[in-house]
Amino acid sequence: MTVKLVEISDVTKNYRRDEFSIKVLAGVSMDVTEGEFVALMGPSGSGKSTLLNLLAGIDRPTSGQIRVAGQELGALNDSQLAGWRHRNVGFVFQFYHLIPVLTAFENLELPLTLTKLSRAQRRKKVDLALEVVGLADRKDHYPRQLSGGQEQRVAIARAIVTDPRLVLADEPTGDLDAASAQEILDLLAQLNEEFGKTIVMVTHDPRAAERAGRELHLDKGRLNSAADAA
Amino acid sequence: MIPVKYNVRSLFVRKANTLMTVVSIAFVVLVYVGVLALGAGLRVAFTASGDSSTVIVLRDGSNSEMESYFPTETHRILASMPGVARDADGEPLVSGETMTLQILERLDGSETNAVLRGVEDGAFALRPYIQITEGRRFVPGQTEIIVGDQLEGEVGDLELGSTINLGRFTFTVVGIFDSGGSSYGSEIWGNVQEFGDSFRRQNYYSSTRLKADSPAQAETLIEEIESSQQIDVNARDEPSYFEAQSVASSGIFLMLGNLIAIMMGFGACFAAANTMYAQVAARSKEIATLRVLGFRRRTILSVFVLEAAVLGLAAGALGALLALPLNGLSAGTTNFMTFSEVRFMLRTTPDVLGAGVLVATLTAVVGGFFPALSASRAPIATLLREG
Repeated sequence: MTVKLVEISDVTKNYRRDEFSIKVLAGVSMDVTEGEFVALMGPSGSGKSTLLNLLAGIDRPTSGQIRVAGQELGALNDSQLAGWRHRNVGFVFQFYHLIPVLTAFENLELPLTLTKLSRAQRRKKVDLALEVVGLADRKDHYPRQLSGGQEQRVAIARAIVTDPRLVLADEPTGDLDAASAQEILDLLAQLNEEFGKTIVMVTHDPRAAERAGRELHLDKGRLNSAADAA
Repeated sequence: MIPVKYNVRSLFVRKANTLMTVVSIAFVVLVYVGVLALGAGLRVAFTASGDSSTVIVLRDGSNSEMESYFPTETHRILASMPGVARDADGEPLVSGETMTLQILERLDGSETNAVLRGVEDGAFALRPYIQITEGRRFVPGQTEIIVGDQLEGEVGDLELGSTINLGRFTFTVVGIFDSGGSSYGSEIWGNVQEFGDSFRRQNYYSSTRLKADSPAQAETLIEEIESSQQIDVNARDEPSYFEAQSVASSGIFLMLGNLIAIMMGFGACFAAANTMYAQVAARSKEIATLRVLGFRRRTILSVFVLEAAVLGLAAGALGALLALPLNGLSAGTTNFMTFSEVRFMLRTTPDVLGAGVLVATLTAVVGGFFPALSASRAPIATLLREG
């Protein structure tokens, strides 16, 4: 049985820039089934990252409804949204956004400090996540002591350490060389196939999008076409 | 909760900015601690000598010995009251005393109001902590005086063996006494009759000190004196008398200390705010990341307030460290009850240092609050676009 993990219904998003109102999303509707790997493509300014932010509860739509993991996001206040995001969403940024003054281990442990897990339980989960991304031997390294590819792998480990149902990745290979980008895409595919994580990935790169099970194309705030790549 | 090491390490990232703020707040602490140390030293000078079983008697309505006078007859009545302790020879442990101000010239040419205290022999038994460190006690009838340790070296004519004109007579300095840190260290002592004759104030005393066998008996003695129909005086135990003097003088330092701390702290607040705004601006992506990870606004607020507190604690510790050498420095002020000069030592007690650290922490927290608030309130999407 397929379960809809993400349901987006007629979502619009406008930004104000001085006296101008800019329409970024114009009536977007889409669903993502649990266990899917979806690539969200489109040119710059098409609204991809905005849509991803709305899915993560980082931003709120101007109109329309977003339901993720059975929760209508519009019904939650900021504080509830933070708690919901912590339990359900793992986020991977283009520029990794690791905390520079914390080691790889401490970066991964950070979201777990919001749980009631003991120190030993946290350590176990962090070690496991680092093992999944192949960086168990770099846990005491600070971000500045890692390569770009390694930093992104730590960021992915941080996104999955709380075992969220949905992983959102915003241009995860955008700042990497081809070899590192390939490693990251392999890792995301592994998370999807082996661990059943639902992934929505924003990307410019058609080769990256090919790794997803489905491609969605946004242009000028509208979802133009959806093609099954698999 | 976000671990404190995150705050501490973040402060080290922007070392120069952090260091400048720490130093500027530390100087506030230094000045504040300095002024409080003056107050604490003065308090000790007044209260070190307080003995609960000693009763001090003044004319009714007088708050200090300087404004008090009563006939020697009153003193004789007081000395004969039951409840006054007696020495080995059966003599009552009492001292009728006079207090006179004398302007003296310091070695540096400035002037000071010195207290001339005329005392009876019992004065030394009533104040066992007064010890002659050089020379000897004065002998009545020889126009001799002894000088407190805080005055020695301040006034040229008060060295051992030197002579000085006080009133109509010329007195010889025959001894220097250690006052045990009390305000008597700023006084010149001589025989009460001789001072009376020299200043033409015979037959009047400023105060009488009486020794009781215990603090409880001192209380009884005070009640008896106050209820006596024969004499019109007020009596209190020595600690409460000194406490009143100390509050009048050290209160000014406390007020001054707080005023200076508020004014300088205001400036230091801006330094702390500047540092914390710089921290917030440079870390907008970090703040956004923490929010995306699920940390709530109030956690972000507490993280940055805590960071400011860490900054303040470091500044407080540095300021307290810088203030430590002030301990033991000699200073002088006016006793605002007697208008005489009191010499005393600055004391950087744990309380005073603690107050300094507290002021530093509060300064940094107040300065850091608004940057912290702005960090916690900014929308995540905006923070992600910035920086």
